Amino acid sequence: MTHLDKESQQLKADMIGMWNLVISQLNKTREALLNFDKDMAHEVVANEKRVNGNELKIDRDCENIFALFNPVAIDLRFTLAVLKINSNLERTGDMADGIGRFILNGNGPFDHELLKLTQVLHMYEEASSMLVDTLTAFEHENTKIARSIFKRDEILNQINIISIKVVTEYIQAHPENTEQALIILSIIRKLERVGDHCKNIAEEIIFYIEAKVLKHASKKQKAE
Amino acid sequence: MNHIIATEKLNLYYNDFHALKNISMQMRPNTVTALIGPSGCGKSTYLRLFNRMNDLIDGVKITGDVRVEGKDIYAKNTDVVELRRKVGMVFQKPNPFPKTIFENVAYGLRVNGINDNGFIKDKIEQSLVQAALWDEVKDKLNKSAFELSGGQQQRLCIARALAIEPSIILMDEPASALDPISTAKIEELIYELKENYTIVIVTHNMQQAGRVSDNTAFFYLGELIEYGETKEIFTNPKDKKTQNYITGRFG
Repeated sequence: MTHLDKESQQLKADMIGMWNLVISQLNKTREALLNFDKDMAHEVVANEKRVNGNELKIDRDCENIFALFNPVAIDLRFTLAVLKINSNLERTGDMADGIGRFILNGNGPFDHELLKLTQVLHMYEEASSMLVDTLTAFEHENTKIARSIFKRDEILNQINIISIKVVTEYIQAHPENTEQALIILSIIRKLERVGDHCKNIAEEIIFYIEAKVLKHASKKQKAE
Repeated sequence: MNHIIATEKLNLYYNDFHALKNISMQMRPNTVTALIGPSGCGKSTYLRLFNRMNDLIDGVKITGDVRVEGKDIYAKNTDVVELRRKVGMVFQKPNPFPKTIFENVAYGLRVNGINDNGFIKDKIEQSLVQAALWDEVKDKLNKSAFELSGGQQQRLCIARALAIEPSIILMDEPASALDPISTAKIEELIYELKENYTIVIVTHNMQQAGRVSDNTAFFYLGELIEYGETKEIFTNPKDKKTQNYITGRFG
């Protein structure tokens, strides 16, 4: 194993750690929302510093690899992909932090009918499993799993699109819960962004393994 | 003309040893082509084909086609002196003649029968300027070439090659014996010379190949494994052997 192999292996381990932290952050906001658990929401907000710290460390490690090893070919694509995935994971962590702050400042518990009508919990399941699957794709260099992400992002987009109508109708029927409904709408927006980050991450995984650039590609090109 | 250098089904043997195997490759004018590969892969042998330097080695046998500017340079009627005027060469270690700086550059002109001192003087200045050495030596042209540093000596050898106006310059690891500053100067020079010359360079330094060349050819055990745009070779090589070599995982 070359020196660069060892450095890349360590970088990969650190990335997996970052991924697991962000997945756990997102899942905790789901629990906090469902049970109106402000302690859990507080924990998510406090953990955001760890996410940021991980991001800085991984950035620095990538910078060192570029400067010291001049990576080429698959090593170059791996390091470039890690750098970009790192940024997408940090932004996903920001989304969890934002949701945590909504819950901390909101009046709860949240109406379960609202959660059901808006499909926000379904969005959570989808977003969380997309994050887990991008991690599996990265860890096992599996582009088939990475490609499955693109279609699933559309599910999140669809729920997001209809959410305005759903929330408006809910507010009309339950004007006393307007604040809650607006918080849920904001959470839906953030979960939709998580889907976008997963899509970006999947594109980077495919770039790293297959050297194909899928950014801004059509659905058909992405399926190939 | 699309290709200034071309080989077609080229095979070269050192007695029984098959050193180059069926190499077909073309190079366009005003490009830099890097030949890379592990020691003994045939890249220097391939480079030396183009000014027939391999002729000097006993037991060499060549089959196939080698063309420079469209002409078969291994045809019986080839004037090898004329060929070497057209195809200059710079070696790994600077090899100035034990003469003055001026006479080193003038040498090629004099052996080509040029005696006009005014012309020679102008040509020397022009060549030294092109080789990015003029400012450093203009006040000591009559000093021995051996008084120059290694990097300066190598640029002097490049000036010597340029003086006789070749169209192609072959470089066999031209910066491997130089410090990083001199290496950077040679690389910068290669980049500038590309405007007027076609350059083929053998290098063991992957980053150097990446920095200076337009196209890269990877040789292994006498075979041309992959040849293409340098950008492509260094980001997405098609052959596993190329990837293993350029990422340092070979063998």
